[in-house]
Amino acid sequence: MSKSASSGIILRRLLSNRGSVFGVIVIVILFLFAFIGPLVSGWTYSELDYTSLRRPPNEEHWFGTNNIGQDVFTQTARGMQKSLLIGLLVALFSTGLAGFLGAAAGYFGGKADRIIMFAVDALLVLPSFLIVAILSTRIKQYGWLVLVVLLAAFSWMVTARVIRSMTLSIKEREFVRSAQYMGIGSFTIIRRHILPNVASFLIIDATIAVGGAVLAEASLSYFGFGVQAPDVSLGTLIAQNQGAALTQPWLFFYSAAALILFALAANLLGDGLRDAFDPTSRAGKRLKRSRRKDRRSNIGQTPKTAKTTATTTDPTPEPVGAR
Amino acid sequence: MLRYLTRRLAYYVILAFIATSLTYLMASLSFNPRAAYEARNPAPPASVINSQLSLIGVNDQDPLLERYASWVGKTITGDLGRSITNGSINDEFGQRFAVSLQLLIIGSIVGLVLGVLLGFWNAVRQYRLSDRVTTILSFILLSTPVFLSAVLLKIGATGLNGALGFQLINFTGAATAGFQGSFWPWLSDRAVHLLLPTISIALGSIAIYSRYQRATMLDVLNSDYIRTARAKGLTRTHATLKHGLRTALIPMTTLFAYGFLGVFVGATFTEKIFGWNGLGAWFIDGVQANDVNVVVAYTLFASIVVLLAGFLADVANAALDPRVRAQR
Repeated sequence: MSKSASSGIILRRLLSNRGSVFGVIVIVILFLFAFIGPLVSGWTYSELDYTSLRRPPNEEHWFGTNNIGQDVFTQTARGMQKSLLIGLLVALFSTGLAGFLGAAAGYFGGKADRIIMFAVDALLVLPSFLIVAILSTRIKQYGWLVLVVLLAAFSWMVTARVIRSMTLSIKEREFVRSAQYMGIGSFTIIRRHILPNVASFLIIDATIAVGGAVLAEASLSYFGFGVQAPDVSLGTLIAQNQGAALTQPWLFFYSAAALILFALAANLLGDGLRDAFDPTSRAGKRLKRSRRKDRRSNIGQTPKTAKTTATTTDPTPEPVGAR
Repeated sequence: MLRYLTRRLAYYVILAFIATSLTYLMASLSFNPRAAYEARNPAPPASVINSQLSLIGVNDQDPLLERYASWVGKTITGDLGRSITNGSINDEFGQRFAVSLQLLIIGSIVGLVLGVLLGFWNAVRQYRLSDRVTTILSFILLSTPVFLSAVLLKIGATGLNGALGFQLINFTGAATAGFQGSFWPWLSDRAVHLLLPTISIALGSIAIYSRYQRATMLDVLNSDYIRTARAKGLTRTHATLKHGLRTALIPMTTLFAYGFLGVFVGATFTEKIFGWNGLGAWFIDGVQANDVNVVVAYTLFASIVVLLAGFLADVANAALDPRVRAQR
């Protein structure tokens, strides 16, 4: 099976899943909103409009204005922008770190394994929220990129543990053995043969991690431990406007909805990816089951996904590094 | 089995010690306790601040390792030190401990029991309407951070109280201030106050546990031994409950050890947002006040509670899975 054919199958399976289609659409819309929105709204996020204070949504201010006349649409878009950037970068760093450390622990075994797994256990004792909150008092002055590094440094552990156990079984496969006998260096083997074979898991994990990181950042910012003024993020906007939820709902609900929608979309997409990559999981089972039902009786309507049934009969994905 | 559990416990004690020590060092390097005194009006002279900070053991001009050594020495004898305002942490800790423990225990039990039941119910009724609706709802819940669901619950309750014209759901603090009454009114007052915080802590874990329980239950339901049990003449309920649920619960024990971290952080937020004077609220105030000793006392509590949950998960795992008992 060539690589392009298998990614075509994965894409088709992904698009047959209603949840992941919804996820993709919402993510695209929120990205456009975050990065194009501030350009077309006609306001900047800190600009004050003294002629319209505390106004509900209207033609000039699409999401209304707050107590000091700032445009809520632009502020929400700006907050979304920051949250998205932080989420993407944290997911990238933490998944990369997890992939590398997990694969190294599994591949080398022995002392390296014991040290890395002890670090995993030790870091899992305390919730990362506590640690980042404690360090936040010092890092406030260095801006949000340091926050990204901190969040990533404390969120790779569980994924690393899974990657380690996957590596343990891949290590025994023939293509890794033959690479070893050919005298290829360990790190090259990890890069060329181990990581490509756990790539599907890493992609799924990174997708879900983006949502998780956005939520983590919002939680920290809510208590003032994350993004600092004058910057805004969804967390700071929610914290700032929670009191107005009943009297001026537009101040609170747009940022709250944006936060929930984005995390929901990332979760649904991650879930859809998991089904698309794994032929034995729910999507595969559902297809097989509906096919069986069809065979038994032709009364039931043919499922929309029936076209892809032929693709689910390949339960063992070929190792990418084998070629 | 006893040897296995003792070994786990010893490992957990070492982990707790390392985690708390690292936090002590991080907090000491990150916080600026001097600011708490310099902000006073009029600001006390530098020598007074220095001696006061040294007395509490958080003076950044004393060597860090010396402060750490004295903290370890005191903590081992059960003295958690003094807060930034020179109050005894031990005195306040006990009171707040009871508040936090109440929320944590009730929240995690409600979350675990409802999550497992919901997952079981959905697995048995796979692809029915109830299953689909719960799946969508649990995805939404998983995407709502605790601080937001707590705030939304508060807004909802305020709206409801406003619409009814009287205070049906009272959600500020652990009890009505200055409440006087006999046992039953006292208990119902407590229960009403407990309602929203418990929901806000438990919602997330209900969503997670029900998803996993549904998945493991589905694997088990399609297995051969359930069919055998049915073929031998067991009723469906009996076969799924006795042979299915127990096996499906084993992977949940590992999940509980991780899931408890989420419950713990959730409880920290909930205490702060609903105005419960627990340890979590103390921690958040402590970070804002640059209070090293309070924050570290909370971390000690956190690591002990989290590892205790991990240990409970080990015990449950050994109790449910005979292979674990036999092997180690």
